[in-house]
Formats: sequence, structure tokens, C-alpha cells
Amino acid sequence: MARMKFLCDADRCIECNACVTACKNENEVPWGINRRRVVTLNDGKPGERSVSMACMHCTDAPCAAVCPVNCFYTTADAVVLHSKDLCIGCGYCFYACPFGAPQYPRVGNFGSRGKMDKCTYCSGGPEADNSPLQYAKYGADRLSQGKLPLCAEMCSTKSLLAGDGDIIAQIYKDRVAQRGYGSGAWGWQTAYRETIAT
Amino acid sequence: MLIRRTERQARRGAFSADQTSERGLDRRSFLRRSGLAGGLAGLGALSLGAVRKAKAGPPPPAGAQVTIRKSICTHCSVGCTVTAEVANGVWIGQEPSWDSPINRGSHCAKGAAVRELVSGERRLKYPMKMANGQWTRISWDQAIKEIGDKMLDIRAKSGGDSVYWLGSAKMTNEGSYLFRKLGAFWGTNNTDHQARICHSTTVTGVANTWGYGAMTNSYTDIRNAKTQIIMGGNPAEAHPVSLQHLLEGAELNKANVVVIDPRLTRTAAHATEYVRLRPGTDIPVLYGMMWHIVQNGWEDKEFIKQRVYGFDDLRKEIEKWPPAEVERVSGVPGEQLKRVAQMFATQKPATLIWCMGQTQHTVGTANVRASCIALLLTGNVGAPGTGANIFRGHDNVQGATDVGLDIVTLPFYYGLTEAAWKHWSRVWQVDYDFLLNRFVDKKIMETSGIPLTRWFDAVLLPKDQVAQKDNVRAMFVQGHASNSITRIPESMKGLAKLDLLVVADPHPTTWASLSVEAGRKDGTYLLPAATQFECKGSRVASNRALQWGEQIVKPIFEAKDDLEIMYLVAKKLGFADQMFKNIKVDNNLPEAEDILREMNRGSWSTGYCGQSPERLKSHMAHQADFDMITQRAAGGPNKGDYYGLPWPCWGSPEVKHPGTPLLYNTNLAVMDGGGCFRARFGVERNGVNMLAEGSYPKDSEIKDGYPEFNYAVLKKLGWDGDLTPDELATIQKIGGAKPETVSWSTDLSGGIQRVALKHGCVPYGNAKARMNAFGLPDPIPVHREPIYSPRIDLIAKYPTLPDAKQFRLPNIGFSVQKAAVDKGIAKKFPLIFSSGRLVEYEGGGEETRSNKWLAELQQDMFVEINPADANERGIRDGGWVIVTGAENGSKAKVKALVTERVGKGVVWMPFHFGGWYEGKDLRANYPAGADPIVLGESANTITTYGYDPATGMQEPKVTLCQVQAA
Repeated sequence: MARMKFLCDADRCIECNACVTACKNENEVPWGINRRRVVTLNDGKPGERSVSMACMHCTDAPCAAVCPVNCFYTTADAVVLHSKDLCIGCGYCFYACPFGAPQYPRVGNFGSRGKMDKCTYCSGGPEADNSPLQYAKYGADRLSQGKLPLCAEMCSTKSLLAGDGDIIAQIYKDRVAQRGYGSGAWGWQTAYRETIAT
Repeated sequence: MLIRRTERQARRGAFSADQTSERGLDRRSFLRRSGLAGGLAGLGALSLGAVRKAKAGPPPPAGAQVTIRKSICTHCSVGCTVTAEVANGVWIGQEPSWDSPINRGSHCAKGAAVRELVSGERRLKYPMKMANGQWTRISWDQAIKEIGDKMLDIRAKSGGDSVYWLGSAKMTNEGSYLFRKLGAFWGTNNTDHQARICHSTTVTGVANTWGYGAMTNSYTDIRNAKTQIIMGGNPAEAHPVSLQHLLEGAELNKANVVVIDPRLTRTAAHATEYVRLRPGTDIPVLYGMMWHIVQNGWEDKEFIKQRVYGFDDLRKEIEKWPPAEVERVSGVPGEQLKRVAQMFATQKPATLIWCMGQTQHTVGTANVRASCIALLLTGNVGAPGTGANIFRGHDNVQGATDVGLDIVTLPFYYGLTEAAWKHWSRVWQVDYDFLLNRFVDKKIMETSGIPLTRWFDAVLLPKDQVAQKDNVRAMFVQGHASNSITRIPESMKGLAKLDLLVVADPHPTTWASLSVEAGRKDGTYLLPAATQFECKGSRVASNRALQWGEQIVKPIFEAKDDLEIMYLVAKKLGFADQMFKNIKVDNNLPEAEDILREMNRGSWSTGYCGQSPERLKSHMAHQADFDMITQRAAGGPNKGDYYGLPWPCWGSPEVKHPGTPLLYNTNLAVMDGGGCFRARFGVERNGVNMLAEGSYPKDSEIKDGYPEFNYAVLKKLGWDGDLTPDELATIQKIGGAKPETVSWSTDLSGGIQRVALKHGCVPYGNAKARMNAFGLPDPIPVHREPIYSPRIDLIAKYPTLPDAKQFRLPNIGFSVQKAAVDKGIAKKFPLIFSSGRLVEYEGGGEETRSNKWLAELQQDMFVEINPADANERGIRDGGWVIVTGAENGSKAKVKALVTERVGKGVVWMPFHFGGWYEGKDLRANYPAGADPIVLGESANTITTYGYDPATGMQEPKVTLCQVQAA
């Protein structure tokens, strides 16, 4: 099976936010919940760079390690998913996540958190593939239809790559070899315990 | 702790320099950036549950058939294909458009969010009128009747010119054309659209240089460039998908990417060289480059000899701009400019890309002229990787310009002369006298109208200063923002005085909210127009390619197709039978295909004659056949065609011209899309040959320059025998007693074009491009300080042009500039004010600020201010400030974004916000439920007087202001 990963080529990212709205559009994510966002460093200064961030679907995911109700599971494609039926909204995974991926809707007036929501790599959750119930809880299931996450598919500059880790690493390596520079596969060391030699 | 409410920061504020730049990003910043911390402010509490249950999202309802429909994104001019999945008449999902040779699946934030536009939560849902200060729902029938009666009443008392028809670059090309035709049949040239405030100066400046006012190459052709100069444009935010081609091209070619801009933009972040100039000094910087080029002999001497007129005149002006003077005026060091000049002139092919940073100035036409001249000087026109790559703003702004939704011309640049009206009366098959009688008189019929930038001046000025029968008394606005027009405080007075205001738009727009604020209690009508995803028709991208968009879903609520609205209005006003003589109308909806066919029959001048609806639809159906870089189909039913048949596409559709991907390219035969500079300005001037010398398109039978073709030229060449009897009969019928004068642009048979093409010639002739554009206010571009300049020491040497009458109105720029100096405005308002675009929003922004997926990303209006200026004023990042303007005591309350993106002495605001006025929230002024999610102050509340003499372009890029902490 493939090992699905995300890779953002920061030398191509222009902070256009297509990935963010594509995610909202595809998964009907409500206002206030951001499964994906673009982070800009050195904003307005020479050396300004942006990176599109979401759940990286880590190897040995720290969210899963801290979850008190064991709601996380990793699919055969190495996508990290969770069950909203089990989730109790405790927020531990938010603290464990190195990427700030878990999101919680606010429920009630006293700041109690709802069930955690995060990027599913456009592959839904534990419900039946492409069922209305799966869509309502987790959003789209593109992977089962042979499609990749819409954020990467719609990226304006082909900066955000999704797919099998080996393939997208090769695309990135080829790019860096061609153009002669590359700031590295952002977050890979943290998420996947490896990086791309260029 | 996770839900701790913190003060929400202004845009990008969470990551601004003073907080995180040294340490990089930390988790807390992430938290603040996320929706957790206060992002819910605008909408109140969320519904329970994890993800809102989708009413209209995927997956499709059980058993429903999912169909794919393709249209074109409406948010900029790149021309991205939108692929929609539709089930049971509902748009349930967007898929990447992999087959498009333009966007290859990609979108920006706006394009990836267009599906929201037809879910319609914030749309104007039914016709409304203002009655005794209340928005009241009415029927379409009542609305059309009342509006029509009022218009006819105004016409009877004041003449047709007192109704102003403000159209839109958002309409399909068929819609834009029909709107101009509506103006013509009503009897006025007061018909305009967004190009006025966007690229009118480009169109005038570029057309006056080499023939046509359009991007010479294309977004994808930039991949061939070795040097890209982006001067006065921020495509990373305004045209994000174009960056795919710019960045990848630069990577593959190891190309130079130079950004010349007052702001270190998101585009500049990816440049190899960034040049910061003082706003409004483009001409000195361009001359500064040319000075180095001429000084070092880097100019393309062969190109200039063969294809350029007026180099000696230019040389004299260049000599006035040695490095020291350029640096004194613009702030750009000579060494840096020399480096850029060398790249541009010697590391070829080089392209010059520009957008509104050059065009939106009182010297806009001169700016773009200087850019064209720099390209001519270095021989960087008419070949792959070169050219004036002018990024236009809207999905159909190039098309709306071409179809003459404009004050200076009938469709396709025929002008307003008697000959032009007669041409169109033949195409429309109505008597010339019928059209003549629609106007107050023949003189006004042939006189340019009033630019939209001055609509309120035309309402407010004393009657004797408005050179038409009466002031403007009614505005009919179909698809144009009001907050994108400068001098909002003045326009408020205009709004109050209008007898009738009609707004046909998917949203109420700031016309509605500001008109209420201006005190209007009656005589305002809002008509719900459909978005372009609810209509079908062609759109013209910046690269002149036409793409046919299908109707994705039917108009929602009571919204109507633009074409239907125009038909209903024409019917009420009493000329629908003549106007739709050759256009099929089905249940009040005119057939878009028929409108395009009528355009094909009349558009010889611009080569819109070959793009039949059948050819365009076939291109959309077989997008995958077209190559991304050449844009040409190697096989399939459209083999040999360039994608979208970029105009000029000569001859009738049967001639099968493939379109012209690069203008003026002599390396290709004309029937392969080649060309040359247009013979538009005579064949000789003061003894100097204006025609090309020894340069001609490949395979041309005439191996030299030649004038434009007419029947007389054909006879002289002995080619008249190639005309068929039918073609000859048509020519003789049109020409009457003087068939010799019938030309390539007026011959409705297409015979003259067909014969010219047969001999490898371009119908419009083969001439030199003009460095000296005699006829323009400054034939050779001259630097002129902005009306409100901070450099009063330079105004005496570089003053603006004298006051004059232009476009029926006085332009008193010189008096305003002088008064500003006399009153010491630059001391009271020491900061340069400029404005521009954000990636999430477009234009006046009401549509995109109503889109929940986009609005969430930009919730606050802000002003960018340099840390040095902020510190002097005690302004803190994210805090409220008051910006005050140099006219009318104008003021705006916005948040501060303290950033080095702008230089010291310069502040910058995005122009997409509206719905606040001088610190007051106008949400209550919108009809209930149709208010945009995000409101904010409009940048144009602060902007001031200043109009380009050649086009009436406004000046939103340079004025003066002051900022203080609120």
C-alpha cells in the first residue's frame, strides 16, 4: 500500500489560500474550524515564506498516543483518522500535535469543546465509504474514489503535493535539482522521522 | 485555556515582524491564528455537532444522476476552468479542471470557493425598492414598469444622455455587447464598465503604440521568458494561478524575476530582485532603465530600424534622466537600475508585466506607453517569452472592452464616427436614421461619453459645465461596485441628488448601503441578477482567448440572467423589436449563441469574426487536446487551432483561422497565428515612412511594409480577381458610389480579409510601432508629479497637465495640484496613500465578502503602515487608527497592520471593503439578509481628485493622508 503524505514546497507557496477554501468547499467545514491554513513567516520582509499546514498524518501519531479514549486509527494508506463517536473533546490531542491540527467547535456557553475535527486526507472516517453519514461527520471521501485531497489538487502553483510519500519526494527532489534551491520538506522530520535529501 | 478569547489581530498581525519574526513561529501563534480564538465573532455561536450537515454538498442524493458542467471562474482574467458536479439541479461539488491548458486543475482561494456563490445565503433574493426609507419587496413586472416609466420621463425632459448605463466586466461577452447595444438603441454613449478604472489607460496607451490594446502574449507564454519584470502588479494575490506559470517558468529557465513596486509584495517575495520606488514615479524609473540601455548600446538596433517609429524623439527625453535625477525623483539607486536594465536588454527574451500599479494614475496612459517603449527599444515584442503581458482584472474585462462597453467607441473599436454608426446599422440591420433619431443630435451621437469615474461630477456640476443637454439624472448599474470609484464623499452627494438609481446585481452592493446613508428615501431599485455560473456564454481571458461557459445551475431565487434583464428593459423602453431583430428570444431570454453570431458578423476590425459558438464549444469539450505552452491542438477535431481562438481570429469561421496566440509575431505565417504591427496611423509622416521596412510575417507575398487592405489596395495589387462574385456584390453594396473605400474592417462579406490571408498578408497592414504617439496628450511620455504629491519641490519642474475639457466635463487637475501646494497639504497629510488587492476578495468585494469561505480569511479592513511611521504616531499593530484624507475632511476607521512591507512614508489599504462610512457601520442599510458577512471602510473614502487626460482614469494609487491612533 501507498504511504500517503503531504509536502508543501515553500518556495512555490504564495499564500493564495486555495487549499483552505478548497477544503472548506469539499468538506463543508463550518466557520471557525480550519482543517488547513497557510502560515507565513517573515511577513512583509525579505525572505518571506509561506507554508500550507494541516494534519500531516504522522508516523506514530502523537495525537493517538495521548488520546484517553483511543479514538484514533491509522488506515492502510497511513492516513490518521479518528472516530467522532468515541471522541470526548478533551483536547489532549491538541497539545500533543506538533502542527496545531486538531480543531474543536465550541458548544454551549461555558467553553466546553465539541468533538475534535481535523483533516481526514479527504478520506472520511469510520462510517461506510461515501455514505451521507460519513460526509456529515467527516466530510468527503475522495481517496476511496481514487482522488487525492482537494487542497493539493487545486493548489495554484503546485506547491502543495499529496500522494505516496516516495513519489512526491521524488517530484520535490527533481524540482530542487532543476532550480538549484529548496528550503526542505517542511515538517517531514517531525511528522515522518525522515527528510528529503536534495 | 483553549477557548480563551484574545483580541483578534488584524490581517497577518499574528505573525507581524515585531512578535515572531526572530523566533519564528510558535504554537501560540497558531492558536491565535486559528478560529478558536475569537474567529466566531461575526457569526455568533456555531451550531452543535462536528461538521454542519450539508444541505447541498456531496455525496449526491441516492439515485441522482451527477453531471459535469464547465464554466469559467469569474474572479480574475486568467481564465481558469471551473468544473462543477451537478445533481438534481444543485451544484454539489467542484473538481479540479485538469484538462484546461490554462489552469491545469489549479485555483486560488476565490476559484476554489465559487460554488458558494450559488448557495446564495447572502444574495439579493427578489426585486426591491426603497419606499419611504424602507426596503420593500416588489415583483419584477412592477420593477420594470416603474423603472421604465421614470427613464422615459427623464428622457423626455433631459434627453437620453441623462441616463447613465454602467455595465460590467462580470457579464459574459454576449452580455457586455448587448449592454453597449442597449445604450446605442437608447441613444447615448454614456455606457461604461470596469475597464475605465482598471486598464483603460493600457488600452489607449498600448493601442496607440502598436495597434491593439491588449496583452500581446499570454500567461502560459511567460514560461518562455528569461527575464520577467513585474512592474506595478502583484499577481501572487491578484492572479494567483498565473504564478504557476511565472514560477515554474523561472525555475526551468533559471530566469530573472524582477519586481518593481512600492510594496514588497507577496510576488516580490519570490523575485530574484526587488526594486522599491516612490509611488507615481514609474516613468522616471523606466527612463532610468532606458538611459543605461542607450548609454551602453544595448538597444535592438535592427528591430528599431525595421519596426519602430520615433526613436530620435525618444532619445531626447531619455537624456533628461541620468541616474542622479532618477534617484532624486524615484528613490531608486542607479546601480540597481543598471543591473535591471542589463537583464532586460541582454538576457532575452524578456517580458514586462503590469497591472493597475501602472494604469491607475493621472499619468496612466503615459506609464504604459513608457513600458511599451522600453519593450520596443530592446526588441522584446512579437516573439515567445517577450511582450507586454498586461494582466487584466476581471474574467471578461478584455472582452467587455473589445465589445465596446465604453464611452469612446461602438463595439470592436470602430469609434463613434458616422462611418462607424453606419457599419453597425448594417450589421444590426436597422436604418442609420433610426439610430440617429434616438440621440439628442448627431453631434452628441459622435461625441465620447462621460467616464464612470466622473458620474457624480456629471450629476453635481452646474449644468453649463456638462457638455450635454442636461446633467446625469439616473444611474442604471448592472454589475459594478460603487466603492471601487474614488472620491466617495463626493459621490455621496451625487447619490442624494439622483432622480433614479437602479442596481441589477447578485448583491445589493455599496450602491444600496451608501445611498441609504446619503439620505435616499425613494427612487432606488435593486434587481437580483444571476451570477455568471447561472448563465451561459463566452468570456475573454487576458490572453484574448474566448472560452464558452455552460450554465451550471438555473438562476436562484428570483434572480434573472443579465440578458433577460436587458431584454425586459428594452421591451419596456420600446425598442426591443429592432434591437433583437436577429437574436432569438425565448421566454424573454435572448439566445447567447445568436448574440455571438451577430458579433461575429460585425467584428472584422478586431478579428472576432472567426470564433463561432460551435468552434468555442468544441474547444471546451476537447480541452485536453491543447498544449499548455504553445496552446495549440496537435490533433483532434480542433487540430491546428490555438486554445480559445485568441483574437484576432481572421475571416469567417469557415476560413478556419487558428487564432493569434502572440500578437505581432513575424516568425509565423498569418494563417498560423503570425502578424506584424498594425498600420493605423498613416503611411508617412513628415517624410518619414510609417510602414515596416524589410520586416513581414513569414510566407508573406509582400516582402515589406504595406498599408491596411481595402478594395482599392486589392485592385492595385491585382488581387481583386480573387474575390468571389458574392463578395464583390457585398462590397459594392456597402461602398455605393465609392466601393474602393470598403476595407478589411467594413467588408461584411469577409472577402477582403480572405484574399489578404490567401496571400500571406495581415488585413490591417504592416507598419512600425510608435515611440512617438502623436495625438496623445504627451506623444512622448513625460513624468508628471501626482496631483497630491509629497514632493512639492518637484512640482514646478514636473507639473501635471493644464486644466482642460475632456469627456464632456472639465478636468481641473492642475488647479487642484496648485491649490494643494498653496494650502500646504503635504505638511498636514505627510503620508503617501496607495491601494491594491488581496487574494481573498475581488473588486468592490461585496460578492466575495458575502462568501463565508472567503470572508472568514479576511475579517478586518486594515491599513499597512511602516514601523517607523507607526512608532512616531504611537500606533500599535492590530490597534484601531483613523486615516484622514486630503479632501472633504474624509476619514476612515481601520485597523493598523504595522509592517515593513510598505516603505517609510507610505501607507496602503486594500480596496475591497465597504459597508462602513467614516467610522459608522452601515449594516442596517442593507436589505435584511443580504448584507455581506464582512464589512469595513472603503479605501476610496480617502482617495482624491485626479484623472488621466486621455481616458478619464482615476487616481487611487497616489494621494496623501494622515494616520493617527484611534
